[in-house]
Amino acid sequence: MLYAILCYHDEDFVGSWSKEQDEAVMKKLAVVQEKLARQGRLGPVARLLPTTAATTLRKENPPLVLDGPYAETKEQLLGFYLVDCENLDAALEVARDLGAANPGGAYEIRPVGMFAPGGSVR
Amino acid sequence: MSETDAAWVDAALTSARPQAVGALLRYFRDLDTAEEAFQNASLRALKNWPQHGPPRDPAAWLIMVGRNAGIDDARRNRKQQPLPDDDRAISDLGDAESEIAERLDGSHYRDDILRLMFICCHPELPPTQQIALALRIISGLSVKQIARAFLVSEAAMEQRITRAKARVAEANVPFETPGSVERSERLAAVAAMIYLIFNEGYSASGETADIRKPLSEEAIRLARLLLRLFPSEPEIMGLTALLLLQHARADARFDAQGELILLENQDRTLWNQKLIAEGLALIDKAMRHRRSGAYQIQAAIAALHARAAKPEDTDWQQIDLLYGALEVVQPSPVVTLNRAVAVSKVKGAQAALDMIEPLAPKLANYFHFFGVRGAFLMQLGRNDEARIAFDRAIALANTCAEAAHIRMHLDRLMDESKPPGKKAGT
Repeated sequence: MLYAILCYHDEDFVGSWSKEQDEAVMKKLAVVQEKLARQGRLGPVARLLPTTAATTLRKENPPLVLDGPYAETKEQLLGFYLVDCENLDAALEVARDLGAANPGGAYEIRPVGMFAPGGSVR
Repeated sequence: MSETDAAWVDAALTSARPQAVGALLRYFRDLDTAEEAFQNASLRALKNWPQHGPPRDPAAWLIMVGRNAGIDDARRNRKQQPLPDDDRAISDLGDAESEIAERLDGSHYRDDILRLMFICCHPELPPTQQIALALRIISGLSVKQIARAFLVSEAAMEQRITRAKARVAEANVPFETPGSVERSERLAAVAAMIYLIFNEGYSASGETADIRKPLSEEAIRLARLLLRLFPSEPEIMGLTALLLLQHARADARFDAQGELILLENQDRTLWNQKLIAEGLALIDKAMRHRRSGAYQIQAAIAALHARAAKPEDTDWQQIDLLYGALEVVQPSPVVTLNRAVAVSKVKGAQAALDMIEPLAPKLANYFHFFGVRGAFLMQLGRNDEARIAFDRAIALANTCAEAAHIRMHLDRLMDESKPPGKKAGT
């Protein structure tokens, strides 16, 4: 079974780490990741850019684009895509296509800051 | 308390500070009282949090405890006066915590922080006082830290902040929830102040860059905070993007001797790609609103530089157009001067020189004007005139790095003017 482990934290708090604190945390995490990678059990790892960089597409008809992260609590996170896009407009186009295939709910579109494809975490 | 605990509490206090002080200011309507109350709450947090674990909502905890501490103080000072009604939970903080978050009024959050920021950039305060006050009140830097970043004595900085506070206290800032027009005016003033803080760090010379860099980082933190409060404001997106894109170049801007390295000579592999990615994402978001503004345009220019892996890949044509747009929304001879640099790349040095000649009276004491003018003249082979412009630039240089940079041009002119065969080293 593949498990997705989703990371939640107060981004204001994480954002007030110094560069050194941030690097220290990443280093400690890398130790755990390396062990998993050696066992061939680690899939892609991503660190998202802050929610200020997020845009949300509500899958209404017509779809509604809103600035900021997805803020409702009555819906649940059911899945995610990683798509290579030239810019936000391209990403929104992908989201619109997906939304047309599966209306209802919303997509939060968040640029990825750090990405390590499966098993190649240093 | 272990070191990790201390670091954790520190980071939590820093991140909760603007919200907590902002709310306490709303309660007490006095900056000193609010600060003192927050200070009190922080001291209790240092004792309480490592023992009992972190509260779920540190800001709410600090506001509650700070408010009670402030009321306690007021009671002690004015024993004869009747107490406000809602101070029942004063001494019992233990397990009431889960209720606290619900009892605090969340809807004020945004305006609390905006008011706190706005107070610091009161129009009657000169820019240096605005920045000092903001770093002290919003960011919570110590007077010592701020003094160090400004390269002045602690006593001088203490005085500057005290004066700023006194002026603010006299100024009577309204505490009512602002209307939409007033809110957008406040936003603009706060954005300008954040940009000022950033520039304090960014305009540092090589020798002081490391000391002042935290100012730029703090400005970015405040810009992100502002953007989270106002997620649909394209100019706040633009401001944040601009700061990120400029700061991304920080490690490439000075050589080992502390001399400034111009954009075209920087080692672009030293640019921080993570900050660039965030900046580009934000400018993308902003542009979708089609509500242009000065920060967005400047960010778009910075984005074009960031996108060019090599200097010769730079889209100067687009940069020329963007500066043209900036001239419309924010006319200034300095903007035109910057535009001329783009024009020199697109249409040549003569067109650029024609463009800046009318600026001469306004920029008669501006270092960059003569540096740029000299460079255009040199490209046109008018070396004698170039030398005069460069001499003037050196006389006006603000930092050693600026002067050294111009001297490099002059040396090149000297070399060129010597008869062939007599050049140094030949």
